[in-house]
Amino acid sequence: MTVHSFQAHFDDLIDREVTIEPKDWMPDDYRKTLIRQISQHAHSEIVGMLPEGNWITRAPTLRRKAVLLAKVQDEAGHGLYLYSAAETLGVSRDELYDQLHSGKAKYSSIFNYPTLTWADMGAIGWLVDGAAIMNQVPLCRTSYGPYARAMVRVCKEESFHQRQGFEIMLTLSKGTEIQKKMAQDSFNRWWWPSLMMFGPPDAESPHTAQSVRWRIKRLTNDELRQKFVDVTVEQAKVLDLEMPDKEIKWNEERGHYDSGPINWDEFWNVVKGNGPCNKQRLETRKRAWEEGQWVRDAATAHAEKWKARKAKGAVAA
Amino acid sequence: MNPNSTPDSYRDPIPNSTMELLTYTLQLADNALIIGHRISEWCGHGPVLEQDIALTNTSLDHLGRARSLYQYAAEQFNKLPVEKKTEIFSSVALQNLVSTAVQVQEDDLAYLRDGWDFKNVLLLEQPNIDWAYTIARSFFYDAFNFLLFSGLLKSKDETLSAIAEKSLKEVTYHLRWSSEWVIRLGDGTEESHSRMQKAIDELWMFTGELFVADDTEKVMAQQGIGIDPLSLQDAWMAIVKSVFGEANINIPAGAWMQQGGKEGRHTEQLGYILAELQFMQRAYPGMEW
Ligand SMILES: [Fe+2]
Ligand SMILES: [Fe+2]
Ligand SMILES: [Fe+2]
Repeated sequence: MTVHSFQAHFDDLIDREVTIEPKDWMPDDYRKTLIRQISQHAHSEIVGMLPEGNWITRAPTLRRKAVLLAKVQDEAGHGLYLYSAAETLGVSRDELYDQLHSGKAKYSSIFNYPTLTWADMGAIGWLVDGAAIMNQVPLCRTSYGPYARAMVRVCKEESFHQRQGFEIMLTLSKGTEIQKKMAQDSFNRWWWPSLMMFGPPDAESPHTAQSVRWRIKRLTNDELRQKFVDVTVEQAKVLDLEMPDKEIKWNEERGHYDSGPINWDEFWNVVKGNGPCNKQRLETRKRAWEEGQWVRDAATAHAEKWKARKAKGAVAA
Repeated sequence: MNPNSTPDSYRDPIPNSTMELLTYTLQLADNALIIGHRISEWCGHGPVLEQDIALTNTSLDHLGRARSLYQYAAEQFNKLPVEKKTEIFSSVALQNLVSTAVQVQEDDLAYLRDGWDFKNVLLLEQPNIDWAYTIARSFFYDAFNFLLFSGLLKSKDETLSAIAEKSLKEVTYHLRWSSEWVIRLGDGTEESHSRMQKAIDELWMFTGELFVADDTEKVMAQQGIGIDPLSLQDAWMAIVKSVFGEANINIPAGAWMQQGGKEGRHTEQLGYILAELQFMQRAYPGMEW
């Protein structure tokens, strides 16, 4: 087959919504875009362990502590599935880590905000995992097989996290006055960064058309963001919390909630590295990796010694 | 112990073992909580993603066991006559709870006692420092736990034997995992070997306490409820020697052992663990979370 016919075959698979598998021919652009998106997602899971990990030792009850620990562990698992999916595209986990540690690869900016109170464990589950689900559910049917399969597992767990987070918020809002205040404060801080999780407005978003065709993306940033606003306003009513955005208003004509302007200046600054925790998060990841080097070396050295001994033993026997 | 409790506060006379059983349950619970807490500090910071996940699993096992044990301890505590309840722990927060006749729960025991009422062994409160220290601490404890819970399967106390049965499956895995890592590090690179040996050397002085029975453990062993830890020492040493042999690690020469944890005399480490662990319950007392 010529490159042209490879391309035609690929296009045909895409058109018929058949999944592309690692051994299938794929255009370079497709591979690159996927590696970028999957690894960004994987990095987000791993960096995302840190803000919540910050409260593991301070969780208010033993049950909450165990649930939080299990949640953060799930995120590690997500990272693992996604790095594995990326590896099927011919890039190693170590290479991807290097890109993260050097600052070349991005991760979700939301994790550059600090977790200041216990309520943040609720708000993150409710809003951040909630927004992640909205972004990710469409990816369960994305064109690249390993990615789609990873996303099915991830989404199942994310929706569990979202319910847990909501439940923490509900407990707080039904608790004492101070607990309710804690919940509101947290909602206020996480609301805008959560909206930013859907990415820049469609007008400024590159890659969209191509990505939609490849089913790497199925809805646009603004469509997803609107969906999130609509759902969250209703949930905030159940929690009896005030929307941090005073301009939120039902628009009968559109059948959606209208909302106030997002501070995109802040968004781009956090993307560029100026968020409150960018430096800290990256340093923490780097430190864990660097301090783990001798451990990984030891494991490799031992495995090799063991193999050599076994081979020798086999010869002797 | 005062045997003359008010007759109407309790239907049956308090058997002498009630206090011992409570203390014994708390010893087991505190050990599980403190090691679980320490290990949980690794979450998100492990040297390899797979090991981060494995270690968190272990932490969850310990915390799960801690919860079962605190629930059981709370049940026992709630059955005590009121004057016993107020004198048993030097915790203002717990005494306040008792005075309002509220039934205590697992969290009250974990979050409202101060260090001098914690009965965990000193080994478990020692800091993570690095992967080698973490492995050494776990290995010493896992080997002990494996033997302890094997013995507790036959406990005359049904709750403890049920907890032992569940724990033994977990602990068997923990011991395999930490043994493998002692070997991997000991028999890995020069650096990992020297780090492993150093961790073993420095933590060794905290291992003796595991086998020194306090009064509670003696009474519980006599009654067939608990295990005399001294009876586990030879088997423990055999496990240690066999793993160290494969790992090329030397048994430390020092024979002086620290103790005090079982009586609530801790190292400086525990205070900081509790300051973090108990922060929310202390800053926002009496709330549902
Ligand atoms: Fe996740
Ligand atoms: Fe995610
Ligand atoms: Fe999640």
